[in-house]
Amino acid sequence: MRDMVSDETLALAAADGDAEAFSQLLSRVYDRVFALGFRLTGSRAEAEDLTQDICAALPGKLRGFDGRARLTTWLYRVVVNAAHDRRRRAASHARAVEGWGDVELARRAEADQTREQLGWLAEAMQALPDDLRETLVLVLEPLSHAEVAQIQGISEGTVSWRMSEIRKRLRALKEAET
Amino acid sequence: MSDEFDKLAQSLRAATPSPDETRKAANIAEAEKIFAASQGSRDSARQTLERPKRGVLMRGLDVMLKSLSPRAALGATTAIALVGVALILPTLEVGAPEVVRDVPKPVSSMDAPLEEALATPRQKSTGTATGGLMSMEPAPAPAPSADFEFEVMNVAPGGNNGTVRMYSGQPAAELGDVQMRAPLVDQFYAPESTSEAYPEAETNPLKVTVEDPVSTFSIDVDTAAWSVLRNMIEAGQLPAPETVRIEEMVNYFPYDYPAPGEGSAFRTGVTVADTPWNAHTRLVHIGIQGALPDVEDRPPLNLVFLVDVSGSMDDPRKLPLLKQSLRLMLGELRPEDEVAIVTYAGASGVALEPTRAGDRATILAALDGLGAGGGTAGQAGLQEAYALAEKMSEDGEVSRVLLATDGDFNIGLHDPDALKEFIADKRETGTYLSVLGFGRGNLDDALMQALAQNGNGMAAYIDTLSEAQKVLVDQLTGALFPIADDVKIQVEFNPAQVAEYRLIGYETRALKREDFNNDKVDAGDIGAGHQVTAIYEVTPVGSPARLTDPLRYQATADAGSDELGFLRLRYKAPGAAESRLIETPIVEGSETTDDMRFAFAIAGFGQLLRGGEYTGQWDYGDAVALANGAKGGDPFGYRAEALRLMRLVGTMAE
Repeated sequence: MRDMVSDETLALAAADGDAEAFSQLLSRVYDRVFALGFRLTGSRAEAEDLTQDICAALPGKLRGFDGRARLTTWLYRVVVNAAHDRRRRAASHARAVEGWGDVELARRAEADQTREQLGWLAEAMQALPDDLRETLVLVLEPLSHAEVAQIQGISEGTVSWRMSEIRKRLRALKEAET
Repeated sequence: MSDEFDKLAQSLRAATPSPDETRKAANIAEAEKIFAASQGSRDSARQTLERPKRGVLMRGLDVMLKSLSPRAALGATTAIALVGVALILPTLEVGAPEVVRDVPKPVSSMDAPLEEALATPRQKSTGTATGGLMSMEPAPAPAPSADFEFEVMNVAPGGNNGTVRMYSGQPAAELGDVQMRAPLVDQFYAPESTSEAYPEAETNPLKVTVEDPVSTFSIDVDTAAWSVLRNMIEAGQLPAPETVRIEEMVNYFPYDYPAPGEGSAFRTGVTVADTPWNAHTRLVHIGIQGALPDVEDRPPLNLVFLVDVSGSMDDPRKLPLLKQSLRLMLGELRPEDEVAIVTYAGASGVALEPTRAGDRATILAALDGLGAGGGTAGQAGLQEAYALAEKMSEDGEVSRVLLATDGDFNIGLHDPDALKEFIADKRETGTYLSVLGFGRGNLDDALMQALAQNGNGMAAYIDTLSEAQKVLVDQLTGALFPIADDVKIQVEFNPAQVAEYRLIGYETRALKREDFNNDKVDAGDIGAGHQVTAIYEVTPVGSPARLTDPLRYQATADAGSDELGFLRLRYKAPGAAESRLIETPIVEGSETTDDMRFAFAIAGFGQLLRGGEYTGQWDYGDAVALANGAKGGDPFGYRAEALRLMRLVGTMAE
């Protein structure tokens, strides 16, 4: 039983060639990776593809895990980078940009209230530039500003600034509605 | 406001679907297959010796390399030099997170340079890391031995493009193994577009006004280059010329520019002055001062400083620095804010009952009375601080506990989670926590971060007074909040007055001429109270310093204006889509201040570091003399520090 073992320990074992540890780790983090992928891209299909990419690359990438950073911090950086990567590829660009469109969300929304809320969410997320959206999603994970800074490769101050900017934009959005 | 934010957080959580189970199973199975396949080569390699733990370290290297910007890489080399680990070789990527973390100085500067880490193509980082290494004193390589984690790395001759290979003493199989890994990792991180600007751009070239009268760039308030430079110089190295960013050096220093008038976001001052390094050219100094909006709408603050005075704080970089930092912050508080101090060591106690910030004498006396000694009993102190904060809190006021510690935080509880819960609880009641770390050594970053995060606050590391200034003062005055977005500067020079011109620094910030009026093109932002300085060196028409010959058939420019040029500045109010325009003519006649002379000295110093293409006989000694004469009040000692570094470089360069 390895249920009590930390992510980091599992990752190091996997990095050292332990297949069982790798499998266990992957099932542990799979849903988190997918959820983050969805929040970053706003598209279920995109998130599925992204998660698949990451699964395939993880055996190789894990060897780069040094056990000092929290596994989640490390992993989130992998996800964020992979999302960047996908966005850069011209083919999927249009799709990714439309990601936070309302089709996907509205379809799943049942009650009117929920639909309205989701519509608002899509609008809010779409209104944010990619980098702000990324920061937001990571902070809400929740991660500390320092971790987010590390993941995004920016300074902590920039994270804080971005968060204030996001709040401001949300406020502006609200004012625009009323 | 937080309603909207919470709503977003909630909706986002609610909207996130579960992954498709079938695909999940397939993806995991696929990953397992890849994992197993990748083990084959490893297992065969492993037969030769028991798997060394160091492998993990080396892999850490690889990751770091991928994420290192050239500047960060340089910082890392410095770090490595300090701990006495030798990495030398023809092509080598460098950086070991583990090692770096334990090094006192360079680390603080690592965070900022990382800003560009992801944006920088990897190839480039290899090149610069090498450059940095070349300038290092090669240390003798110890004999290969399996006893140390990080002793010698060796790159096989003709190695494939900078792939780090492992210990020279190991059998070829192991080397082969490492080589095999590279493609696996790389395939995910295929080289990306090369359209991004490299930080180490070529020095801005001289422009001939008749051919190219317009110069356009984005402002830059990033100052990280200075810290990187400081760390390198203090470690006895000269930076690679292309990593020197003059605009960041110049902008690191605060200048006393006049404040903007009522209602303007900022004020632009343009001054034409003599060039220190060339008697026949002129410098155009452009100084932009951002407005410092009144923070009147902020409610009064209640601050409880919870100060660690345990024995380990008895170090110039800890308690004394902490006192100075708090003193610095005090100056930024409004009289109606309240301050209290709680100490913790062997026993916790209230060193200062809640006192209005207006009563500076009492607060300063209490601060001065703090002395280090005894063990740490953090939890009692924390409870005391919170109790005090709650007492101080009135309706609508913000209470914050500022925990200042070197991280040796013996919480009394062995369960950090319980402590986090305690802090999170308190957050609900309206008391926030920020953690300030001092000194290196036993600083428990993770715990600090966790505490601050649960307290809805920030955790910051303070290693110098300037860092304190940045973290404490700037946070308070709201410099984190921009007052103008996308600030662009365009200067059109008058060919009748200026034969040639050259922008000093801002190499990576150049914009196309047409981008100036295009509001879609992103540029730098400016925060409350920020200052930006840009300097042009211009050669007047008829000056013997002219480097290019005038054209014979070019129509003579209209001499109707004695303006040297015309400055246009565009900015957007934060969040606005449309930009506004500020226009200022560039004319002779304004007085040159010490601030400007100091900026010139730094700009000259930066140019010397970059190779001194345009500085003639002017040398480090001249830079020191100029800066020394223009030091001014220097309330925070930034300029004194600069002088010290300039002198150091002067002796190194001899």
